[in-house]
Amino acid sequence: MQKSVSLSPALPPKPKSRSFSFKGFLPFLIPVLVVVIWQLSSSLGWLSTNILPSPWAVLKDGVKLTQTGELPKNMSISLYRATLGLVIGGGLGFILGFLNGMSNTARLLFDSSIQMVRNVPHLALIPLIILWLGINESAKISLVAIGTMFPVYINTFNGIRNVDPDLIEMGKSYNLSKRELFQKIIFPAALPQVLVGVRYALGVMWTTLIVAETISANSGIGYMSTNAEDFVDMETVILCIVIYAILGKISDLVAKSFETLFLDWQTLGRSNN
Amino acid sequence: MTTKPEITIDHIGKDYGQITALGDVSFNIEPGEFLALVGMSGGGKSTLLRMIAGLETPTRGQVLFNHQTREDSAVVIRVMFQEDRLLPWMTVLDNLSFKSHDAQQQAEAKKLLHLVDLDEYAQQFPNQLSGGQKQRVALARALMSHPQVLLLDEPLGALDALTRRKMQDLILRICEQQQLTTILVTHDVNEAARMADRIVVMKHETNYAEFNGPADRHDAGQVGLVAEDVLDAILHDKVPES
Repeated sequence: MQKSVSLSPALPPKPKSRSFSFKGFLPFLIPVLVVVIWQLSSSLGWLSTNILPSPWAVLKDGVKLTQTGELPKNMSISLYRATLGLVIGGGLGFILGFLNGMSNTARLLFDSSIQMVRNVPHLALIPLIILWLGINESAKISLVAIGTMFPVYINTFNGIRNVDPDLIEMGKSYNLSKRELFQKIIFPAALPQVLVGVRYALGVMWTTLIVAETISANSGIGYMSTNAEDFVDMETVILCIVIYAILGKISDLVAKSFETLFLDWQTLGRSNN
Repeated sequence: MTTKPEITIDHIGKDYGQITALGDVSFNIEPGEFLALVGMSGGGKSTLLRMIAGLETPTRGQVLFNHQTREDSAVVIRVMFQEDRLLPWMTVLDNLSFKSHDAQQQAEAKKLLHLVDLDEYAQQFPNQLSGGQKQRVALARALMSHPQVLLLDEPLGALDALTRRKMQDLILRICEQQQLTTILVTHDVNEAARMADRIVVMKHETNYAEFNGPADRHDAGQVGLVAEDVLDAILHDKVPES
């Protein structure tokens, strides 16, 4: 593609000024509207509290459970399980993806077996995990680790395999060692794909934990929800669902902030072209 | 190792399976010479350049730098490719010093950015630059660590005529200043005639013919005559009598 340019120095592009606008509020518009309509429907008696308690009742329940210490205790145990499971599973996925991406021998040896295991739904392993490990912490953490390992593995593996060969050749023309080639070219080039895997794994992490805590736990948000169901405590059931939604959103924001931190070069403008 | 190595292409050849990309090529490149390799696509120009760079292993023959192999000599060879091949996650300055970010490398990088007139862009990322600016950064990067041999693999092929002309002048100025031994692969016979001290026509998988560059490269008439002779050799097999 031909581009018309001048060799004379031109001023670098000016940074864009940011201002708050209506666009900034748009992502929150629908959630806010849903809560307002929900509250109005409950207050006007259109919505039976037996079907769906009002947001205000759910909020009051949340405050009450926070004051008793039940909510913070269960939230912290769920966060602990989720984080540890992700670190173990994501770490293993990254190491395997790195090994198989960098070495043809490792790829031939491991990839086919990993792909076979990957196709087994990890939630189908719950009965087996309970039989092996009971309903203690290691069972739930293992399930989260298994669930989060594969998205990180597959994205790390593909990220490394799909690095632009021209960049690798450029590195070789500068006599980079294999280690330098990985550090300076392969890893940074694969990073966007690795982060896609991490973001996907965060979603899997919560799904797995909800199921694991609902089926076999005596603590955690999932346990709180199941327990509330037994006592027909609709406020707490809804509260747990809302908490999962908030935790999921926070996880997504964390993943996005990693992308902003490490991949800012992708979004910087082409304003000079 | 002297600062200006003589390069000897010694009966070099390259096969890809049953296909011969390069038959038997032998010639010398004088220290500080600017040599152009021209010819039709598939003539083996880029293959030869890649073997000189050490990016391909010859099937037969060898490339020598002052009578030593590339591994034995301390020659610093740099390649500038048709694509800029800049690392998109690094700033322009870091792209130049990507091997090592120490203070000495950073200082050298700043000097070279000044040389290619891009001082203001040091902290920009490649996707904020135009095609011509990216190739100037690639040229500056190729000049890091004081190379003695500069290999240019059609680096100006994707640029518009005006930018291309200005880049030719920039490369010529730098190569003369730094007395680099330079090999340029190009499809453009006018570019070859204008820039090179000597032009080698690659045809029939070998170095088919050679031409001297014009006595005065600023004389468009002389450049045109040399370009015509080169074109005749490529298209009509007309080789000048030695």
